Amino acid sequence: MTEYREPALLSREADDIKDRLNLPEGLHDLKAKERAAIPQQEMPAQEARIRAHNMDEVALGYTESQVIVEASRCLGCKNAPCVAGCPVGINIPGFIAAAAQYKFDEALQIIQESSILPAICGRVCPQEKQCMQLCTLGKIKKDPLQSVAIGRIERFLADHGSSHSTLDSKQPSTGKKVAIVGSGPSGLTTAADLARLGHDVTIFEAFHKAGGVTVYGIPEFRLPKSIVSREVENLEALGVKIIYDYLIGRTRTIKELMEKDGYDSVYVANGAGLPKFMNIEGENLVGVFSANEYLTRTNLMKAYDRDNAATPLYSSKKVAVFGGGNVAMDAARTALRMGAEEVHIVYRRTEAEMPARKEEVLHAREEGIIFDLLTNPSRILGDENGRVRGIECLKYKLGIPDESGRARPEVIEGSEFQMEIDTCITALGNSSNPLVTGTTPELEVNKWGNIIVDENGMTSMKGVFAGGDIVQGAATVILAMGDGRIAARGIHQYLSNEAQPL
Amino acid sequence: MIEILKKEQLSSDVYLMKLHAPHIAQSRRAGQFVILMMDDNYGERIPLTIADGNEVEGSITIIFQAVGGTTLQLSRMKEGEGISHVLGPLGTPTHIRKHSSPVVCVGGGIGTAPLYPIVQAFKAAGNRVITIMGARNKDLLILENEMAELSDELIICTDDGSRGRKALVTEPLKELCESDVPPAEVVAIGPPVMMKFCSETTRPFAVPTVVSLNTIMVDGTGMCGGCRVTVGDSTKFVCVDGPEFDGHKVDFNSMMSRMSSYKEQEKEHQCRMDALAKDHIKGGTQP
Ligand SMILES: Cc1cc2nc3c(=O)[nH]c(=O)nc-3n(C[C@H](O)[C@H](O)[C@H](O)COP(=O)(O)OP(=O)(O)OC[C@H]3O[C@@H](n4cnc5c(N)ncnc54)[C@H](O)[C@@H]3O)c2cc1C
Ligand SMILES: Cc1cc2nc3c(=O)[nH]c(=O)nc-3n(C[C@H](O)[C@H](O)[C@H](O)COP(=O)(O)OP(=O)(O)OC[C@H]3O[C@@H](n4cnc5c(N)ncnc54)[C@H](O)[C@@H]3O)c2cc1C
Ligand code: SF4
Ligand code: FES
Repeated sequence: MTEYREPALLSREADDIKDRLNLPEGLHDLKAKERAAIPQQEMPAQEARIRAHNMDEVALGYTESQVIVEASRCLGCKNAPCVAGCPVGINIPGFIAAAAQYKFDEALQIIQESSILPAICGRVCPQEKQCMQLCTLGKIKKDPLQSVAIGRIERFLADHGSSHSTLDSKQPSTGKKVAIVGSGPSGLTTAADLARLGHDVTIFEAFHKAGGVTVYGIPEFRLPKSIVSREVENLEALGVKIIYDYLIGRTRTIKELMEKDGYDSVYVANGAGLPKFMNIEGENLVGVFSANEYLTRTNLMKAYDRDNAATPLYSSKKVAVFGGGNVAMDAARTALRMGAEEVHIVYRRTEAEMPARKEEVLHAREEGIIFDLLTNPSRILGDENGRVRGIECLKYKLGIPDESGRARPEVIEGSEFQMEIDTCITALGNSSNPLVTGTTPELEVNKWGNIIVDENGMTSMKGVFAGGDIVQGAATVILAMGDGRIAARGIHQYLSNEAQPL
Repeated sequence: MIEILKKEQLSSDVYLMKLHAPHIAQSRRAGQFVILMMDDNYGERIPLTIADGNEVEGSITIIFQAVGGTTLQLSRMKEGEGISHVLGPLGTPTHIRKHSSPVVCVGGGIGTAPLYPIVQAFKAAGNRVITIMGARNKDLLILENEMAELSDELIICTDDGSRGRKALVTEPLKELCESDVPPAEVVAIGPPVMMKFCSETTRPFAVPTVVSLNTIMVDGTGMCGGCRVTVGDSTKFVCVDGPEFDGHKVDFNSMMSRMSSYKEQEKEHQCRMDALAKDHIKGGTQP
């Protein structure tokens, strides 16, 4: 198990490196070889056995010296391969170079040209599969985890910065009204871009708080809610209106928004919030939850604060979480923090195939989550009161790769075994919620219920655009934001063309 | 904030409230509900049926029984005060048809409230409506006059015989099923056990029976799956697929055990809240 070192110690080490390499303010002429030799800066974090019992953020963030040193590792590659790995194309070498010269505000501005949610992305993006995967330094070290820690630098800049200058540069009003369905990363991004272009933007949100999955799904210990609300406040300062407790498809349909309420265009970013179950015996027993329910109770409804919150949480001793993605890691680590004595991740492939961010898998292991790999539940066992008392599982082995290129898990016959468990959490992914599409037959969807859009984000319904998880299927924050930017451009173009008399 | 336009106490722990919610009033239909929340940060989301509405006035009516933390807190609110959050209308509206034989609507206890708009809608569609209302005693009967006015026939039952027949609602229901003009359809809303036995009563007569399920909910939009029930061979989400289902297919036993998921926590929580309230009072009187 990793020993966590004191942030102060890590910072002192960084200071030493800074002195040794002679990195005073503004001066920066290291050779590539020297840069490559600088060790990657370790992220200060709470000690595993302590953090496993609190909701405070796990990773504490780089200190200033660490950022200077880490930024100095960047080779400033001319072709900047890292940028190609970023779904919104942030000028990565640009912002890192600015950071290395202590120009933190300027660095943040460079990021904000492409991304309005750096404090969120710096924490939750799967960097090792995106920018860091293509980073030259990682290639040299033959390990994407050893690339420049781009996200950690981004996080520092976002937390450090007070500048929101790019958010302020607002165009004169166009008199056009745009409605946005959902306040997740995708809706927020589109809202920011459109407001900056001078459109009158209103977000409709079903819940009582804005942020989508970032407030109801991703736990406080990974992404503090105060960070999301700060981003939302910035947006409101731009003039974006947010109407809460408003369910499109029920309170109003999309058609009504356009015909009755006079919206010129609508952006649908309602996410992919329909939990999948496994259709196995015992799935409706008391003690079986979708990760969505479990996480919504703890995050959005604050059930972790037992003295104050009115929403109850099931009390669990032995928990099994089914799945291997971020959602599974979040549910498992939350259950541990809520007082469970033993938490298992039950996943039918191996750790190499787990879709979760590497850092989360590592953190989960450190905190004492038990990984039952190559294992899948076949039924859930109940007691005489209809409550979960255990699960029956089958063992798997990896077979030949399927169309997706991943090894196909195959059942080992006769490998059934039972585990004593009192709570099951299914984290098998989400499919698209049919509430909006079901009440808007004009919207064309594919066989999974995802809305089909063209290259500008426009749907089959005139003036209606869509993006984020409802288009991509359960994806990532940054992809949802990328879609939001494309749609904002598409909507702006559509509204500008509409304005021209024919 | 959603303003409370009117508040009325209907029985010892049942209250009626008229809320200012114009958008919901415009789109709501019989059988739908709202989810409300009393506090931004620490409140709980609870579902309540829309018992009535007035589009012109922009109001909806809820009728609720104070059974636990949130409904108690709600019952203490006054006219003119505001409720933090009200989301709706939720759920699939009741399927209202015109039948040639009567429609029987059965309401048990607080279930009479959600039944009210359904009786209204069946009546408006030109049906002959027979209403059966049941309660433990006469003081717990709600909406009696309203139901009497709407229904072609009203049968009242109480457990103790303090008003109407001394019987369970299933007794007159059975008689109606056995009569010369058996009901074309039965709608039963009330405690789960009552709905279960109403369904069992009509089953031998093959009279289609609709029940409205009151499972535990969180979001009410199909996102959490917490409200799921087994109906026939499949799993359904009460908040979006329901709340109304074919009573002959609902697995009531599993539904009832799921509803008791948090019994212990609610009890313990309630004690803690009461203790907290007492502390406040004590703290207030000390110099
Ligand atoms: C537990 C969990 C952990 C995750 N971890 C990561 C991670 O580490 N890194 C990462 O990149 N991604 C992660 N993801 C995925 C990521 O959060 C999503 O891809 C992203 O949030 C999608 O953004 P979105 O804007 O499309 O939708 P969402 O974030 O889902 O937002 C949709 C919003 O629309 C609202 N809404 C829905 N229907 C309606 C309606 N009819 N009317 C009005 N409002 C409506 C919802 O309430 C919600 O607020 C995680 C997801 C989960 C569930
Ligand atoms: C679609 C739907 C429509 C509803 N309509 C109405 C209505 O019109 N009027 C009304 O009074 N109630 C209605 N209910 C029930 C109402 O939601 C609950 O009474 C309420 O959630 C209790 O909240 P609480 O915090 O006050 O009590 P809690 O502290 O949550 O619970 C107190 C006690 O009530 C029980 N309880 C908890 N949830 C429910 C539930 N859903 N149904 C029955 N008992 C429960 C618990 O087991 C506990 O013992 C409806 C429920 C649903 C799902
Ligand atoms: S690829 Fe890596 S080293 Fe090269 S510019 Fe990008 S972050 Fe810097
Ligand atoms: S209440 Fe969450 S899915 Fe129905």
